[in-house]
Amino acid sequence: MKNKKLNLAIFGLALLAPFALYPVFLMKVLCFALFACAFNLLLGFAGLLSFGHAIFLGTGAYVTGYLMLTYSITPEIGIVAGVIVSALVGLVYGKLAVKREGIYFAMVTLALAQLMFFFYLQAPFTGGEDGLQGVPRGALFGLIDLTDNMVMYYFVLAIFVIGFLLIYRTVHSPFGQVLKAIRENEPRAISLGYKVNQYKLLAFVLSAALAGLAGSTKALVFQLASLNDVHWFMSGEVVLMTLLGGMGTIWGPVLGAVTIVGLQNFLASGPLANYIHVVMGVVFILCVLAFRNGLVGELQRLVKKNF
Amino acid sequence: MLHGYALGAVMATFLGINLFGLFGQLLVGLINGSFYALLALGLAIIFGLLKIINFSQGALYMLGAFTAWMALEYLQINYWWALFLVPLTVGAFGILLERFLIRPIANEDHLYSLLLTFGVALILQGLFTDWFGSSGLPYAIPEELKGGTKLPFMYLPNYRAWIIIFSLTVCAATWFMIEKTKLGAYLRAGTENPQLMQAFGINVPLIVTLTYGFGVGLAGLAGVLAAPVYSVSPEMGSNILIVVFAIVVIGGMGSIGGAILTGLAMGIIEGLTKYFYPEASNTVIFLVMVLVLLVKPSGMFGKEA
Repeated sequence: MKNKKLNLAIFGLALLAPFALYPVFLMKVLCFALFACAFNLLLGFAGLLSFGHAIFLGTGAYVTGYLMLTYSITPEIGIVAGVIVSALVGLVYGKLAVKREGIYFAMVTLALAQLMFFFYLQAPFTGGEDGLQGVPRGALFGLIDLTDNMVMYYFVLAIFVIGFLLIYRTVHSPFGQVLKAIRENEPRAISLGYKVNQYKLLAFVLSAALAGLAGSTKALVFQLASLNDVHWFMSGEVVLMTLLGGMGTIWGPVLGAVTIVGLQNFLASGPLANYIHVVMGVVFILCVLAFRNGLVGELQRLVKKNF
Repeated sequence: MLHGYALGAVMATFLGINLFGLFGQLLVGLINGSFYALLALGLAIIFGLLKIINFSQGALYMLGAFTAWMALEYLQINYWWALFLVPLTVGAFGILLERFLIRPIANEDHLYSLLLTFGVALILQGLFTDWFGSSGLPYAIPEELKGGTKLPFMYLPNYRAWIIIFSLTVCAATWFMIEKTKLGAYLRAGTENPQLMQAFGINVPLIVTLTYGFGVGLAGLAGVLAAPVYSVSPEMGSNILIVVFAIVVIGGMGSIGGAILTGLAMGIIEGLTKYFYPEASNTVIFLVMVLVLLVKPSGMFGKEA
């Protein structure tokens, strides 16, 4: 009951936020929050560390960006197409990656992502180093013009809420319970008769599709799809957001994304602008050494101890 | 000799293949392969004892190249001294890293140490990008290794021959040390069963630290070797590391020799691709990885699934 109130309070805050803060910044936060939640589904609940998740973000962005630029389609179709292609890439990559475990899984996903990175670098439809610029936002269902940032914000918020609820449902479904069982003790899950690799694969595809959703939306927000979205650094960033916020918690990745995007914005305008990567690295090390439960994990511990 | 060259000219376009170009790319492939082998070897040694993947291996390779560059620029320490001193410096840096950052979390899930070393890589790359910019710096080939040798099908620059010979010697010596000496036996025993080793009165934490230092020192050495052929740039490490990860997946971490052989073989395959189908030269190693995952998921020399 208490949690329900908290969730509603956060949602109310999100509804009012664009009146106090710059909407584009908020939309960036929402896109990354969705990306991190999708990633957390894999790392936090299935225990799989994918180090190439940017590829799904970028695939969504490129597909939506390309379709919106080339054909005069409406944004919802562009987004659906981006999600479908991301899910397909996720299916292929997932099938390969779930063959290995632990750190090998991380290395395989990173290497597969680099393969795709070079593909996007050389492919004729991605605009190479320049990326796809001037992607039109279009009109939702052909009716609601998304050019205005305020209108766009509520559209992005709606997408985030849909994605978030889907993840919430997944985690609390029997499927989610099996994922957690695999995370805690894989041999036991196998001996109980679960086809572990199929569960992992489904989680991977779902996570890839949602990361694609975040990417497609991001391409519309910034009207841009570029190599940054598929670079390994982006994959590292989403790991950091999840780790900092608290992996395996529902709100952790959201809080992590808010913190990291906020921190980056703050640093970009200050004297430390050139040191963003260094600061990220330091946060990484601090999280691992002293803070493995993340912000939400630590908060939960404090609440449990004191209330 | 004249006869040899005439024959060479006839052979030069044997079966429609430009042999000069082919051998040129093979040489490039062998050189890249030497670096892959050195880095994969370092990763495999560290993995053997610590069971972690050192994500900062690429950044430490970059650190090696930059240390050599700075030593020459600011302290007039020449290439040969750098070849000796830089691996020690980078190794010492690695020892500090292991002692103060990695050891405290040695008992946690190994994914955490992967993330930790990734953080270290971000810091190093970020610092060097800020200090030296992201465009590369030149490092002159040492006087003694300038020039080259004319072979029937190609011109072989001396420095490139040196890279291949030297790195293969280092790889072979390391292999010998680990597989055939008493010190190596300790190391292998520590890999098998650290508790039992400890019970025999061997200081396992010390061996772990030194092993990490050695593995990292190999990356530093590769960095010095690379400085005169590739430009010294902050991104040189991250690009090569991802390729080396693919190589590690292909070869498996099971054996030291496997890491070396796979590294070399992938360099050569990459070189050949550069000649026959240059568009795929960036991706061919990753494609081989996909193939290996399909056919033999545990890797060519892997012991575990």
